[in-house]
Amino acid sequence: MRQITLLGPQRLEPTLIQAVRAQNISGKIATVTAGWQEREDEDRELHEHLESRTINLRLYDRVSRIFEHDPGLRDAFRTRQDRLKELQRFYRIRLDHVLQAARELVAIDEQSDLLDGHLASAIRDLQLLDEEHLENVRRIHEHYEHEVDPGGRDEVRRQRDEVRAILTDCDALAIAGGHVAILLNRLRLLDIPTASEGKPLFLWSAGAMAMSERIVLFHDSPPQGQGNPEVLEAGLGVVGGVVPLPHARRRLRLYDRSRVALFARRFSPATCVTLDEGSRVDMTDTGWQSTKGTRKLLETGEVKELSA
Amino acid sequence: MNRVSMEAFTHPLAVQELASRQDLSAEAVAQFIDEHTFPLVEGTSITFLYRGRADAVYLHQWIYGLPSAQPFHRLGDHDVWYLVQEIPEKSRFEYKLEVVQGDQHRLIQDPLNPQIARDPFGANSVCHGAGYEVPDWTEPDPEARTGRIERMIVQSKALGGRRMVSVYVPARFRPDRRYPLLIAHDGGDYLKFSGFKTVLDNLIHRLEIPSMIVALTHPRRRLREYADHEPHAAFIAEELLPALEFTYPLIDVDDARGLLGASFGAVAALSTAWRYPGKFGRLFLQSGSFAFTDIGPHSRGPAFDPVVEFVNGFRKNPIAVSEKIYLTCGVYESLIYENRSLLPILQGTGMEVKFVESRDGHNWENWRDTFRGGLSWLFPGPLWMVYE
Repeated sequence: MRQITLLGPQRLEPTLIQAVRAQNISGKIATVTAGWQEREDEDRELHEHLESRTINLRLYDRVSRIFEHDPGLRDAFRTRQDRLKELQRFYRIRLDHVLQAARELVAIDEQSDLLDGHLASAIRDLQLLDEEHLENVRRIHEHYEHEVDPGGRDEVRRQRDEVRAILTDCDALAIAGGHVAILLNRLRLLDIPTASEGKPLFLWSAGAMAMSERIVLFHDSPPQGQGNPEVLEAGLGVVGGVVPLPHARRRLRLYDRSRVALFARRFSPATCVTLDEGSRVDMTDTGWQSTKGTRKLLETGEVKELSA
Repeated sequence: MNRVSMEAFTHPLAVQELASRQDLSAEAVAQFIDEHTFPLVEGTSITFLYRGRADAVYLHQWIYGLPSAQPFHRLGDHDVWYLVQEIPEKSRFEYKLEVVQGDQHRLIQDPLNPQIARDPFGANSVCHGAGYEVPDWTEPDPEARTGRIERMIVQSKALGGRRMVSVYVPARFRPDRRYPLLIAHDGGDYLKFSGFKTVLDNLIHRLEIPSMIVALTHPRRRLREYADHEPHAAFIAEELLPALEFTYPLIDVDDARGLLGASFGAVAALSTAWRYPGKFGRLFLQSGSFAFTDIGPHSRGPAFDPVVEFVNGFRKNPIAVSEKIYLTCGVYESLIYENRSLLPILQGTGMEVKFVESRDGHNWENWRDTFRGGLSWLFPGPLWMVYE
């Protein structure tokens, strides 16, 4: 298994360099800051933090250039994104109702085998809806790939080759957070999972989400709406068995046992891991090691240290 | 919500226990005052207390429906006066004390209450009822990047002369990006009395609203310019907006363009949108002075004449002027009736309207407290998609 490190947010108290040193990485480090969108190149602090050893792959800029060279691909991409947004909207409407039933059941404080059965079914309903959504998303992607064949297009091939060449010279890849869908789309179009195969990975916030198996959007206290966690789509699947939860302290009501329990049960068997400032999970062949304060959501509604 | 007699309480309040003591000493009274903060909130009962020489003390609170001056009771023969009021949970209101000595009547802030709110006329004491908390997003957040306020001068033919406009430019502004625009009436007062810049910094930092440009206007003859004044609308739509579009990279669609105003400012916002339907896709109307008459004259004074004419006309022939309207009003304002009356008329035009009431009065902190709900509804931020 390749070495993968998940980290908490890096803006205020960066800990990336400690993680890099812990893995004895002394060479160049490729970085992806495409989630920052047009601020992609505002990476001086990151560069300095990593002892000026970074090379930014500039995926946001590369994809912009691909679209400039290949308007047909751009249009097909936009059409796909519109379809995905529409799909997400319909999924959200159904999710609201299914989730509400599960919430009401999980909030009942009674010992009853009948209640347990209904709650289990309600959670299964949720999981089925999520799975159906993932399948619908997959079909849209499949159709797009079949119709457009992005990997076979000249400018995409050229950019992929450049990225692969840069990565060959680097000892590791660090992927920052930002806009998770924009980041995911850039990583996918430039085939970063293949190009970075075997390289140690350092991932934080949306970077961790995009490389996971399933991207879960979440916020328990948004200014509008119920704060229903929702599946966006499958991630790139490089990080298995984890639902990364960046800024969990700020975004989740971790004291609310009902919500925590429901979250953990819905996404089981994956482990829902909080990634706050200072969090770190080193994933290796022998298992996971994490820093204090990196926690997991339990099906009991508790939130416990990941390494405990 | 009424002033209540002490006997009405099942459980004695702190001041009630104090008053019931026999041979109440000055030391005991002083100790009581030292041990409590005032106004003293005990559930929905709130005790106001004044210490000092007086012939009478009154509570003047800006709560529509209650007597404007409510008398305090003297505590024994001490120079201490108190009043207990029942206030619903999550209320917030502003008040002053009137202290009468001989023929002198002084209107003062509550000396025992450090909470004050400022407005263009000075400052009032503030009472926070049980369950009310100042929203954390109104306080400076050291993690939030801060925007800046720029000044621009607009030459106005419509209003005559040069008009200074303050412009909030968000942190990490980039000229190669396009931004939504909000034009705020009484912008200077929003900055001074509603902490608007801090709120914008925080909501943008929290991703609850997008990075946006906010133009903050400063009226000269407010009651005239804001009372359905055609030149004002022309200034906003035909002079200020183009000047902003020339100076800043703005998203050129109506749903990324909004107007904000409170009180007469809300009338100006609605009136401008009505004169330029479709131009501003987002309206945020706070405690609008939407006075109207069904029959006969109104009683709000001559400044309201053009407002009443406008609102009467709008009620008669309502049209969709925008896509979304966030309408707010405090239930302790006299204008709650007018705003509730306007709601179905706005909804009947097909516009998407959200109406939110607060337990507060006609003041700048009430309007501050509705910013998060209103701005995030009108201009939703990338909260769900961005994880930095």
